[in-house]
Amino acid sequence: MTTAPALSTPVKASRRKRVRSAMPGLGLTLGMTMLWLGLLVLLPLAAVLIRSLSLGPVHFAEVAFSPRAIAAYRLSFLAALGAAAINGVFGTLIAWALVRYQFPGKKLASALVDLPFALPTAVAGIALTAIYANTGFVGGALEKVGIKIAYTPAGVVVAMVFIGLPFVVRTIEPVLADLGKDIEEAAATLGANRLTIFRRVLLPEIMPALLTGFALAFARGVGEYGSVIFIAGNMPFQSEIAPLLIVTQLEQFDYEGATAIAAVMLVVSFLMLAAINGIQARERKWRSTGQ
Amino acid sequence: MRKATTEPAPVRALLIGIAFLWLALIIFLPLVAVFAQAFSKGWSAFADALVQPDAWASIKLTLLTAAIAVPINSVFGMAAAWAISKHDFRGRQLLVNLIDLPFSVSPVVAGLMFVLLFGANGWFGPFLMSHGIRIMFAVPAIVIATTFVTFPFVARELIPLMTAQGRAEEEAALTLGAGGFQTFWHVTLPNIRWGLLYGVLLTNARAMGEFGAVSVVSGHIRGLTNTMPLHVEVLYNEYNFTAAFAVASLLAGLALVTLGVKALLEWRYADQLSATGH
Amino acid sequence: MTITIDAITKTFDTSSALNGVSLEIEDGSFVALLGPSGSGKTTLLRIIAGLETADAGHILFHGEDVTDRSVQDRKIGFVFQHYALFRHMTVAENIAFGLTVMKGKARPKKAAIAARVQELLDLVQLPDLGKRFPSQLSGGQRQRVALARALAREPDILLLDEPFGALDAKVRRELRVALREIHDRVGLTSIFVTHDREEAFALADKVAILSNGKIEQYDTPKQVEENPATPFVHDFVI
Repeated sequence: MTTAPALSTPVKASRRKRVRSAMPGLGLTLGMTMLWLGLLVLLPLAAVLIRSLSLGPVHFAEVAFSPRAIAAYRLSFLAALGAAAINGVFGTLIAWALVRYQFPGKKLASALVDLPFALPTAVAGIALTAIYANTGFVGGALEKVGIKIAYTPAGVVVAMVFIGLPFVVRTIEPVLADLGKDIEEAAATLGANRLTIFRRVLLPEIMPALLTGFALAFARGVGEYGSVIFIAGNMPFQSEIAPLLIVTQLEQFDYEGATAIAAVMLVVSFLMLAAINGIQARERKWRSTGQ
Repeated sequence: MRKATTEPAPVRALLIGIAFLWLALIIFLPLVAVFAQAFSKGWSAFADALVQPDAWASIKLTLLTAAIAVPINSVFGMAAAWAISKHDFRGRQLLVNLIDLPFSVSPVVAGLMFVLLFGANGWFGPFLMSHGIRIMFAVPAIVIATTFVTFPFVARELIPLMTAQGRAEEEAALTLGAGGFQTFWHVTLPNIRWGLLYGVLLTNARAMGEFGAVSVVSGHIRGLTNTMPLHVEVLYNEYNFTAAFAVASLLAGLALVTLGVKALLEWRYADQLSATGH
Repeated sequence: MTITIDAITKTFDTSSALNGVSLEIEDGSFVALLGPSGSGKTTLLRIIAGLETADAGHILFHGEDVTDRSVQDRKIGFVFQHYALFRHMTVAENIAFGLTVMKGKARPKKAAIAARVQELLDLVQLPDLGKRFPSQLSGGQRQRVALARALAREPDILLLDEPFGALDAKVRRELRVALREIHDRVGLTSIFVTHDREEAFALADKVAILSNGKIEQYDTPKQVEENPATPFVHDFVI
């Protein structure tokens, strides 16, 4: 039986200075990434936050929460909320059809879902206006029954629905696709019909993805500019979205006002990001502990 | 007798029908409208609009911006993906979240940030101006703002892909004596090429189509600092609808090409495009 | 090539994987690291290879301290459990890889590389499969290619991480025989990790039994069977 060997040659004792990763390139690639991230992303963001802080709390509140700003926030947030909710419903439906069913034209439908992602926002903006203005295909028809879409908050919602759709569909699709059939089959053997199975078994499973998609669509809608400014009325206090207010103030050289409102929007963006990460982190934990 | 885990046929048909109708109304209709309006006065009006000097200048500026923003972000995206997916280090998740930041910032806010840095009252503006370097309301600002907005796309595409592909092949290459760059070039790159292509395409589409951020920093000088999307706005505000839609249709065509290539890649190489593709 | 493992300790975030492990491996011997999952055997193998760094301790090859040497410079061959073949290269390109990435004067000429690849293909009994891609091969064939690839650079040490773990029983037995033959023919020092007692005892000259980051016993299979050193070893080999 052999025990731990005695060494024939003495070896100097040394403490590891630093654990090296065997995979090379960490220093270089991490350095590049942090440099680029710092210069391009963090520095500019810091500029907004620092400049807005330099206004002092009272002045900041005056500017960031002026009546006109509040009206703009209300429009942007409520419209984005409504659009995200609509997308939540129809996006889930579309994801379901794409994952579960086979039908002619499925590939085309799937490609269409990505269009808002690839189409420039200004192009979307003028196209939507052309359709929903009272001279347009849909707008003309709706005007006959007294419904106006273009140049009203409804138009803003329509534009936000357009750009938010892919976020919901593409977030739900992989989750739906990965769901095993066995829980549905189990529910069926226990007597549940399809609607019940969807409501009580499947919907809870896809809820985190649905919430994430909702949050992404909402965040995108709040900050959206190009698709919305053509179809919105852009009247202060009535149909002016928050990003437009920022642009208007910049054009009038009101840097303080623009910065303050931008800071508010940034905070909302970060909160949404944190919420999304929170959802995903809880989802990961939930899955790994198997509860 | 249908399967227990699927809906009755009429329900399926209804759901598919609703899905199609919704897509047709919300997505397809606007797409059609772009081309319908662009050609509403015939081919010659369409071609006319595009050869105007201002239109042509906007096309060149858009191409220039993309030619700078896309390669830079691709290189940094690959570097970030290599660091994050092939190594373990503290703060990795934080880094991923930071990379996502431009994605969640409003484009107008993005433009404003750079005004605060490079504008006449900005942190660096006066210093640069006194050395004859003009950034704001000129081409450099447009390029910088576009680069910011398109920063995450390649990284976001590659990180999950490279993570899912694991490290075994790279480790094998190391045991065979390959250095870091050799490993990346011979082993990693061939495995990610379709995901990379898709990320580059998306970056390009967004770079050429960016509106909000560029609008804030551009200064809107006709023939000089207008990209294609800005020029579309200019034409539209002048009620020159046909010309506006003509330029817009070029961008829409680009979007269609991007989507077409993506569909092609997914059809042939689904398992190499994304982490969930297998 | 003798291998000396001296007081290797490795801790991961929450658990201690190796706890002052020491081992002396003779030149040309075939050693099995045997133990249940979580015993630290793969970690030890990867530290020997240079794919992980130990928190304390040393590795010596033929008396030379290689602890701080990079994996590329250790002249080892490594066979992974799931082959880790380069999926976008042909079998021949896979095997040639270690030679094609050599720099400058050390790099052999194309003809020499091709000849070496064919030599190795013959050695692992896959003479005609050079132009195939890994996805076109069976599991057993892929592992043979992985072996050939690891041997291309004429390493002094061959390390194998549960090389037959992903294969079915019949293929496993065939490859066992092939592996031992190649080891004897080429004259390597080989270390392989396994949790399969039968495999370890059939193949190895000496077996090191690990549990919870410590070596319970290190001896010939016969000795381990007849004189188990600890209750753990006793339960493990019966």
